Amino acid sequence: MEPLLELSGVRKSFGGLEVIGQLDLTVREREVVSLIGPNGAGKTTVFNLITGVYEPDAGSIRLDGRELVGLPPHRVTTMGIARTFQTLRLFLNMSVQENVTAATYGRTRARVWQSVLRTPRARREEREVSELADEVFAFFGDRLAGYRRDQPAYSLSYANRRRLEIARALATRPRLLLLDEPAAGMNPHETGEVTELIGRLRDERGLTILVIEHDMHVVEGISDRVVALDHGVKVAEGSFDHCARAPAVVEAYLGRVEDAA
Amino acid sequence: MPPVGVDEWVARVEERREQRAGLLGQALAAWDRIAPVWRLVLFAALVASVPFVTDSDFIIRVGVNTLLLAMLALGLNIVVGWAGLLDLGYIAFYGFGAYTYALLASDQIDVHLASWLAIVCVVVACALLGFLLGLPSRRLIGDYLAIVTLFFGQVFVEVVTNLDRVTLPGKDEPVDITGGPNGIAGVDPIQLFGFEFLTPTDYFYLSLVVLVILIGGLYLIDNSRTGRAWRAIREDPLAAGLMTMPVKRLKLMAFAFGAAVAGLAGAIFAALQIGVFPRNFETPFLILIYAAVILGGAGSIKGMLAGAAVVGISFELLREPDEASWIFYGGVLLALVLTVRPWRRLAAVLAGVVVLGLALHAVVGGLWPDAVAGSPRADWALSSAIDNWLLLPDDPKTIGNWAFVVLVVAVVWLSQAGRRARLLALVPLVYLGAFVWENRLMLDPSVTRQLMLGALLIVVMILRPAGLFGAKRIEVA
Repeated sequence: MEPLLELSGVRKSFGGLEVIGQLDLTVREREVVSLIGPNGAGKTTVFNLITGVYEPDAGSIRLDGRELVGLPPHRVTTMGIARTFQTLRLFLNMSVQENVTAATYGRTRARVWQSVLRTPRARREEREVSELADEVFAFFGDRLAGYRRDQPAYSLSYANRRRLEIARALATRPRLLLLDEPAAGMNPHETGEVTELIGRLRDERGLTILVIEHDMHVVEGISDRVVALDHGVKVAEGSFDHCARAPAVVEAYLGRVEDAA
Repeated sequence: MPPVGVDEWVARVEERREQRAGLLGQALAAWDRIAPVWRLVLFAALVASVPFVTDSDFIIRVGVNTLLLAMLALGLNIVVGWAGLLDLGYIAFYGFGAYTYALLASDQIDVHLASWLAIVCVVVACALLGFLLGLPSRRLIGDYLAIVTLFFGQVFVEVVTNLDRVTLPGKDEPVDITGGPNGIAGVDPIQLFGFEFLTPTDYFYLSLVVLVILIGGLYLIDNSRTGRAWRAIREDPLAAGLMTMPVKRLKLMAFAFGAAVAGLAGAIFAALQIGVFPRNFETPFLILIYAAVILGGAGSIKGMLAGAAVVGISFELLREPDEASWIFYGGVLLALVLTVRPWRRLAAVLAGVVVLGLALHAVVGGLWPDAVAGSPRADWALSSAIDNWLLLPDDPKTIGNWAFVVLVVAVVWLSQAGRRARLLALVPLVYLGAFVWENRLMLDPSVTRQLMLGALLIVVMILRPAGLFGAKRIEVA
């Protein structure tokens, strides 16, 4: 089967520092793949390369066979890749509702004059956008439902900000969702919810998910496949158990036994 | 109890909103309950009634200028308040619009287009210029954008001042395009639907109609995909790009829309003034527009109107000594009423100020008759009372300067001092303020109104950092 996302021979350097070296990565349709590795391994850089924030020095990145390299971020997202951020990047001074509806920009077409004259098209789109928002919020059950959606996003609690980021990403109608440490800073109970949520995103919404995560309980709970990075190079790939035992992964996280001795 | 998973702080947001308000807040809440369309109608009706209430030419002129300032503030709000781009060259679009209209409707190059056509040309040309300025600037953010656009604003004034001796290829005589420092005079009045706009009152209604249409349009844009996207790129351009918004194109659009609004205001201004001059479009006026935007609360349409009203009206009234005195003494009294509680203490302070003045006037006037030989500059209701209360020296300039310095030092010191010291110092401070006002500030009204506007901005920024109607914002959380 043709993979949904395919990176081949991707390289990226910042100045003299090679951050990603010859990375090959494939994600198949409706698969949950975890990207793990110690701090500075280049995981977030991979996300930035996929979404067009950085352009790779070499290699190709394809979504469903279509080349993404060279496209600006908004085009990449419109093609079906949405992401969240490790350090939350919500539109804090906009309302909860608007955080979600703003992300439909690339899926709507009304021109400014149509919005001003409230043409049928503009009104239909606004209706669709607000229905989409309802649907996205409904996916989070009573977690986001208890809030008034016209409050500013900064009034949300930390965990709900993370949820809102996912909701915002869903509003772009993605096929592939990139989650950058969705469980960071959450308590054990909330971490459990994240694990469940990622499963539901795949099962109920048919999404393919590439996730960066440090919490190994989450990684174990969600992953169909795990890819371990160290210094920008793939050091292990396979099932969670396989990767957890791979000597290269252990070494990347803990260092060599001889070094310690 | 809020439902599970909902912070109590969040659940009570509505309650807190009501609480903060007080009487004024209730009025505002009632205002917010009216449907937007009726709010706009009410606003328009209120403003439209002004020429019926007064036949003073001065007030109508202040009104037109304020309406134009409101238009400019709304246009600048697109760029600064929504898209979050610090554009310090905005005034150039206003000037460009005015000059374009003047060129298309005067004897300058002997073109007299129909008004509607000229205005359409102005708006399109300004949007285009905004787009062109945006092209090299769209990669710049924050301070760098501010520097480039400030430069652009300065260049505009230089260019129109010097475009009066242009040597074109194939012509021996230098050509006069902009009239140089003398500007362009004899601009045609605006003619629409067979009606010729001649008097300030005509332009008052024209500006009001344009402003109302503008408010309606901007309200709808604000709540459309474009408005949301503009505010999103203000909040976080990187995240906005990753949420399907074409950041660079949206920035260009914001520049073009803001410029088009400024150009429209410029065209009306040119026709109203029957001429355009380079000094109409210098940086001090830009600061006035920014003052309106900041005072009203960047990002809020309602705020732009309030800001323009406060800045436009107070700035014009401060020009005339008589009206300025009303504003000064009224403002001081209002500030005292609002801040000094309970009323017994307020009465004591006011009585103290009066007694102190009368006593000083008697003692010092008895010792040195020169110290009370002057008279108040303004001719208004309280002039004679002030003459008997305040020390008005024959030659006030030097002592006025010193008193001003002492006043500034005292205010700065008091802002750091404790409660008790503040209360004790209030009586002499009010008297000193009045002394400085009469003996120094009234001598140079043009400087004084800048000072007063600055002081007003400082006070508002301390009391309401987000402006009168601006939403409370947080930058990092």
